[in-house]
Amino acid sequence: MARKLPKKDVVIIGLGWTGSIMAHELTDAGLDVIAIERGPWRDAPTEFPPSYAQDELRYRIRHELFLRPDQTTFTFRNKMSETALPIRTWGAFMPPNGVGGGGVHWNAETWRFLPSDFVLRTHLTERYGASFLPDDMTIQDWGVTYDDLEPHYDAFEYLCGTSGTAGNLKGQIKDGGNPFEGPRSRPYPTPAQKQGYGHTLWAKAARELGYKPFPQPSGNMSQAYTNPLGLRMGPCTYCGFCEWFGCGNYSKASPQTTILPVLIRKSNFSARDNSEVTRINTDSSGKRATGVTFVDSQNQEWEQPADLVILAAYSMFNVQLLLLSKIGQPYDPTANTGVVGRNFTHQAMSSVDGFFDKSKFNFNPFIASGAIGMCIDEFNGDNFDHGPLGFVGGGYLGQVQTNGRPIETTPVPSGTPKWGAQWKKAVADYYLSSLKGGSIHASMYSYRDVYLDLDPTYKDRFGRPLMRMTIDFHDNELKAAAYLTDKYADIVKAMGAEKVDKSPRKGSYDVTKYQTTHLNGGAIMGADPKTSALNRYLQSWDVSNLFVLGASAFPQNAGYNPTGTVAALTFWAAAAIRNQYLKNPGPLVHA
Amino acid sequence: MRSRIVSSIAVGAGALLFCVAGSYAANKLDGQDFTQVERGRYLATAADCTGCHTIPERGRPFAGGRAIETPFGNIISPNITPDPETGIGNWSDDDFDRALRKGVRSDGSMLYPAMPYTSYTKMSRDDVMAIRAFLSTVPAVRTQAPPNTLPFPFNIRAAMRVWDALYFTEGEFKPDPQKSADWNRGAFLVQGPAHCGACHTPKSFLGGDKTADYLRGSYLQGWFAPNITNDARRGLGGWSVDDIATYLKTGHNRVTAATGPMAEEVALSSSQMTDGDLKAIATYLKSIDGGQDNPAPVRADDPAMVAGQAIYRDVCSACHGIDGHGVPQLFPSLADSSMVRSDDSTTLIRIILRGARSVATKDEPTSPAMPSFAWQLDDAKVAAVVTYIRNAWGKPAPAVAADVVGKARTDLQPRTD
Repeated sequence: MARKLPKKDVVIIGLGWTGSIMAHELTDAGLDVIAIERGPWRDAPTEFPPSYAQDELRYRIRHELFLRPDQTTFTFRNKMSETALPIRTWGAFMPPNGVGGGGVHWNAETWRFLPSDFVLRTHLTERYGASFLPDDMTIQDWGVTYDDLEPHYDAFEYLCGTSGTAGNLKGQIKDGGNPFEGPRSRPYPTPAQKQGYGHTLWAKAARELGYKPFPQPSGNMSQAYTNPLGLRMGPCTYCGFCEWFGCGNYSKASPQTTILPVLIRKSNFSARDNSEVTRINTDSSGKRATGVTFVDSQNQEWEQPADLVILAAYSMFNVQLLLLSKIGQPYDPTANTGVVGRNFTHQAMSSVDGFFDKSKFNFNPFIASGAIGMCIDEFNGDNFDHGPLGFVGGGYLGQVQTNGRPIETTPVPSGTPKWGAQWKKAVADYYLSSLKGGSIHASMYSYRDVYLDLDPTYKDRFGRPLMRMTIDFHDNELKAAAYLTDKYADIVKAMGAEKVDKSPRKGSYDVTKYQTTHLNGGAIMGADPKTSALNRYLQSWDVSNLFVLGASAFPQNAGYNPTGTVAALTFWAAAAIRNQYLKNPGPLVHA
Repeated sequence: MRSRIVSSIAVGAGALLFCVAGSYAANKLDGQDFTQVERGRYLATAADCTGCHTIPERGRPFAGGRAIETPFGNIISPNITPDPETGIGNWSDDDFDRALRKGVRSDGSMLYPAMPYTSYTKMSRDDVMAIRAFLSTVPAVRTQAPPNTLPFPFNIRAAMRVWDALYFTEGEFKPDPQKSADWNRGAFLVQGPAHCGACHTPKSFLGGDKTADYLRGSYLQGWFAPNITNDARRGLGGWSVDDIATYLKTGHNRVTAATGPMAEEVALSSSQMTDGDLKAIATYLKSIDGGQDNPAPVRADDPAMVAGQAIYRDVCSACHGIDGHGVPQLFPSLADSSMVRSDDSTTLIRIILRGARSVATKDEPTSPAMPSFAWQLDDAKVAAVVTYIRNAWGKPAPAVAADVVGKARTDLQPRTD
């Protein structure tokens, strides 16, 4: 029997990026807010000090910062006809755990999506006709536009101190930036990071091929920065231990460096760590959330009543909690009804390795930051004519090598033996003179048979069904991968590589090979409650005092890293709560 | 609203210094008078009463029970809430005044100078009565502080009569009409309620102030409270008045950050003082001569300097910079830090071995921290890097030997952070 705690104005489930931003906004509005976090408290200088944070074995190989699969996991299958099995070691993605969430271990690539990404079905249908899209592709418009989100992208970038070069300032295209980006109201808060030799040569080759390369927008600081909350960050040292690692150098934007020190000083904020929310409670009508139930580390069950519930966990856990709490109609791919679990997507990553003459090229790959690199956007979204190509979507291409860490960085050309003297010689030859894993960061669009539901067999430690992923690549994404990989390889050849190894994304979705942690959808936003779980303010259509934050709201993925958009949507939802909902609690959109 | 009230009180208090007060009793304020209570709250804050008389995080302000470490043993702070039996509720105004300004308890026995009556004596009776009025408003807590743990002969309070004869000069602060109002206000605060010398003035073997070395830095509780005179090398000579005021207000400035006991002082006391008072304190400190001393630099080709530079570049420069300048308000500038060049390098060594967390304040909430390197650097390596940073950027300081580091490492073992 759960013991009942005193009621709060707001309970937030999960204290990562979205939970931290929302907690800050709602405490500023004067509300009494509690955040409940499944994992431990994580303080940057205590948990990942620069004296030992650069431990590849501990963090990269042994996954210190991530959720332990024996705490909870997912089941996975490619096709509806298969039986899903539990994932026992993380591979394709890294579910975060603990305060700061994915904001602790991300690379800090801080992108905005293209204006056309938010109106995707309308845009593609207008340009190519409805019949151009595969029948089972379920992409849709978001219900918000780029212009709606622009002030909120800006707020996040200034919170983080994002380093970059504007390409479109109030409609004026600027040299050196991304000419395809939507108009931004002001420049990045800090100039772009310095680029390494490999990144610079790649950009030169891209420019010579007629593209317009630009520095990747980075939450690793190019210089010291003080954010609007008064929190200070230091310049990045290009240590090469960013993704998978925490930054105790105050150089990577994270909830720890940009929000939490201010949040924890507020008397109307409190947090419980090591406490897992097991369900969102609703009243007898099922239309109103009354709070949450959680279990602490002593296995004690507690009920936290609240007037407003903010679901801010990792995308798939958002969907799982909705299903377990029986909020919203579960998606049924056969009948094509329901919304919760629908339009689940990931990313379609491809890569190209380049091997160069070691007497002429020394890239010093260990000098890097998480979001270092030069990119082109000519092949992203609908920035190019898909008419003759027979697919839709795309991604940015970037020479964004983030490290030369010793365990992971053993680049050898294809055909090299897998072990022994020749392998060792090849590693020694190419460690400094190869470029590994050039990034082709492609979109993955949504399909009727790619979805999330509750597993019929496997349960977690509380006896709750695990989240079941049914996911596979469709031809559209594989065609795009092949096309983009060829374009990328042309640039590496133009750099003067002796050998170019292409690895376009192929075959079935493989849950053992890392792609990105960008799993999206399942509780998507939209204009129609028949095809979306949330309205345009991330408010549940079914339970109006529940807002669901995070990439679970994406109707489909775009060819970018998602955090900038996740955060912009959070600021957008926070503004709607502060300016509209609190004055008149209830549905913000009447469908 | 609060800040306006406080500053007007500060101005009032400053003006009082130049009055020849009549009999306090003739115009004695009601103990509940807002103006008096608020003035008392401000003085109690400046005097950091809570620092000793409240156990942090316990939620019982002024209930005492906190152990104050002294070289002679631990002294347990008493309960100063209005509880009549275990606090000071039964004390008369005269009792309270005698304790604060003369070091004599209500039962006639002597206080130990861990209670800084040697400084509080600079306050007026009106000041002290204001503090009393404020303390009368805090919730009474019934709790008996545990006894002190002083060994013989220090447990004999009567012995303090001898000590007082040697080290205690009773008497209110007398303004110097030759100096500015700011200087006088600063001198009153530093010598009086803020009792800066309690930590920053070196002590004799009996724990009395070495007055010739006023504010020139002193070891206590595993730290070295640095020289805060205007000495260019070891003190605040390189700091402007604004640098000092900013440090006291926010815990951070372009050079350094408050850690250890000073972090607590900033959080509980100086960050809550008015900008005018902090500027006054700075003005006064800048007027104090720290003596002259110009040691020869350690040669750049000294083996310790060569090793120290390599270690510095490897493990320190990511934050503090190759040039030693760090990042203002975030990573201290070792090149500009007088603490780095202190004659006693206890604090520098401690921060390297143990790491340190700087204070979080409303104006500087970041609270950056430095990690511990005790597991990574042995005594010789710490000594080398300390010697390097004391000499790399001008204003040299003597080399530090490995055995000094070893002693500090041993001394730190039983200490909590």
